[in-house]
Amino acid sequence: MSPNLRIAYRFLTAKKRAMLMSLACTILGVGLFIVTQATTRGFEEFFTKTLLGINGALRIEDKMQDTMRSLQAAGSSDAYFAQREGVKLIEGIEEPQLIAGAVRGFPNVRAVSAVVRGNVQVTSSFKTEDAQIFGINLEDHIRVSDLAQQITNGTLADFRDSAGGALMGRVLADRLQLGVGDSFVLAARGQSRSVRVAAIFETGYREADKTNVYLHQPAARSLLKKPAGASFLQVMLHDPERAPLDAARMKQVLGHDVKPWQEREKTWLAVFRALRISTGITVTVFTLIASLAMFNTLAMIVLEKTKDIAILRSMGYERRDITQIFLWQAGIVLAIGAVVGAGFGVGVTWLVSLVPLPINGIFKTDTFIVAWSGMPLFIAQAIATALVMVMIASLVPARRAARLEPGDIVRGTAQ
Amino acid sequence: MSTVQTNPGELALRCTNLHRYLGQGEGRVHVLKGVSFEARRGQVYAIVGPSGCGKSTLLYLLGLLDQPDEGQIEINGAAMSNSDDFARTRARGGHIGFVFQFHFLMLEFTALENVMMPMRKLGRLTPAEMKARAHGLLDSVGLGAKTHRLGTQLSGGEQQRVAVARALANQPTILLADEPTGNLDVKNSALVFDLLTRLAKEQGQAVVLVTHNPEIAQRCDFTRPMRDGLFV
Ligand SMILES: Nc1ncnc2c1ncn2[C@@H]1O[C@H](COP(=O)(O)OP(=O)(O)O)[C@@H](O)[C@H]1O
Ligand SMILES: [Mg+2]
Repeated sequence: MSPNLRIAYRFLTAKKRAMLMSLACTILGVGLFIVTQATTRGFEEFFTKTLLGINGALRIEDKMQDTMRSLQAAGSSDAYFAQREGVKLIEGIEEPQLIAGAVRGFPNVRAVSAVVRGNVQVTSSFKTEDAQIFGINLEDHIRVSDLAQQITNGTLADFRDSAGGALMGRVLADRLQLGVGDSFVLAARGQSRSVRVAAIFETGYREADKTNVYLHQPAARSLLKKPAGASFLQVMLHDPERAPLDAARMKQVLGHDVKPWQEREKTWLAVFRALRISTGITVTVFTLIASLAMFNTLAMIVLEKTKDIAILRSMGYERRDITQIFLWQAGIVLAIGAVVGAGFGVGVTWLVSLVPLPINGIFKTDTFIVAWSGMPLFIAQAIATALVMVMIASLVPARRAARLEPGDIVRGTAQ
Repeated sequence: MSTVQTNPGELALRCTNLHRYLGQGEGRVHVLKGVSFEARRGQVYAIVGPSGCGKSTLLYLLGLLDQPDEGQIEINGAAMSNSDDFARTRARGGHIGFVFQFHFLMLEFTALENVMMPMRKLGRLTPAEMKARAHGLLDSVGLGAKTHRLGTQLSGGEQQRVAVARALANQPTILLADEPTGNLDVKNSALVFDLLTRLAKEQGQAVVLVTHNPEIAQRCDFTRPMRDGLFV
């Protein structure tokens, strides 16, 4: 053990109560940091997972066509003016197979599903509601969504085997008082068609559960009078975080409008970001208290140990050694605080994850959600924050101790 | 163990025309009024004088614990009065042993650890050698049986003897002691004084001590009476 560390340890243990106080604050700071990060991040991740499970990471929609050429053809003399005319949107995707093939060529793409969408009215024997139907190829679509995991009543196999079957959102089914096996009527563009509820799904995201009805694509095409093409392609990525990058490249290559989920869910993501910042502030305040406690403890020890400082200086210990001795004391508290605090944080996080908390509307859960996968990062962040703040707070008393003149101390005039 | 070359008579410490003022404003006192002094290796010097005449103030200056307002201090030929804190700290660790008037021990440490403290900083010996040397020094001040007592478990006189052992830890060429026997009974003050003089003779250390004890002063090689900030 280095002499300075040894001295630091003795100084610290001589002031047990103050030391334990700052240790407790450090443990609390580190622990609570971990708990709050794990829970806020847990909810955010779960929400993201829910949204990705419904709408995928990317949605490829309308084609963007340059209108410049058509204007030039019309005989405009001012080409620059024509360029500013911008783009014209051609609704939907005319050649879904072709585009899907091109999209699959992107390395980050995991799966693609072509979807035919339309607005419909759904009528049960009880009442009528507005809804959206999604004509899908089931095998494609369960690879770009969590539809298979969202079934709560009935089975996916039942839907797969019945050409006239439908998957209906839980909220819509409740409103129409429909159960598995019941029939209802879909009406659109003057057409109507009787369909049977094959299964009921629940995503937890109210918007989807209230309006979405999935049909097999041929059924949807005939109802919507849309024999070819698709409304959009839903894409799942290996790394959803990279969605904006991939979207930009696809847009360029395909000439279609491509929306990453981050843009689609901007509002909600902003809410979570605000939440993360506000908990971050709370947690920083805890760490601040830990650093103030450390400051207080060290300032007290400096006052009490001025004579020892003079003795050490008289024996050849440099100012640097004195600074080190006091920083080591903070270091010892930090080291213990980090280890115990991390254990405490993980333990409380585990307890919190057992707390019942039924949520439905933006996602569905029965208990607190905790991001276990991010735990090593949260622990590292918590310790790093405590380290920086406590060390900065300790620097002041440590340097004060180092500045003391041995002559002033032995004469008793050190201020 | 070769830092102290036995070279009696060589100049270890010299100060010339030292002035020191203490206090602020109205209370500012001219404590040292141009003190000059020399100490040679192998010799024991006693500084005597009434309380408040400036003996401790002078010793702090010589020990490089304080800086003079005017005048020069040389340690083993090197001018120290204008050098920076780092150089003065190095000189304290390597050349000077200091025994404070109020036996400052580090109370959370054992007698042995207190004696090893300067050695650990200097780092000249291996840990085992440090321990052996510290045991030896405590033996020679009659505390061989109490090496593992904490500072708080030692009497005033015992603490003072540990402080003497500690001042000798790095084999300094210069030993400065501010009333080292002030708290000791007759037997122990004789023990400490004999140790200091023996070291001066055997290892060629320059020993400067402040004392009120006329008997001890008499047994020193030189006695410097001081009055009101000046040697008389
Ligand atoms: N901080 C101070 N301010 C003013 N005067 C001081 C201060 N410290 C010591 N003195 C004065 O300096 C003089 C010398 O003190 P000191 O060297 O301790 O004397 P000694 O050791 O000979 O008894 C004393 O008169 C004392 O009152
Ligand atoms: Mg004195």
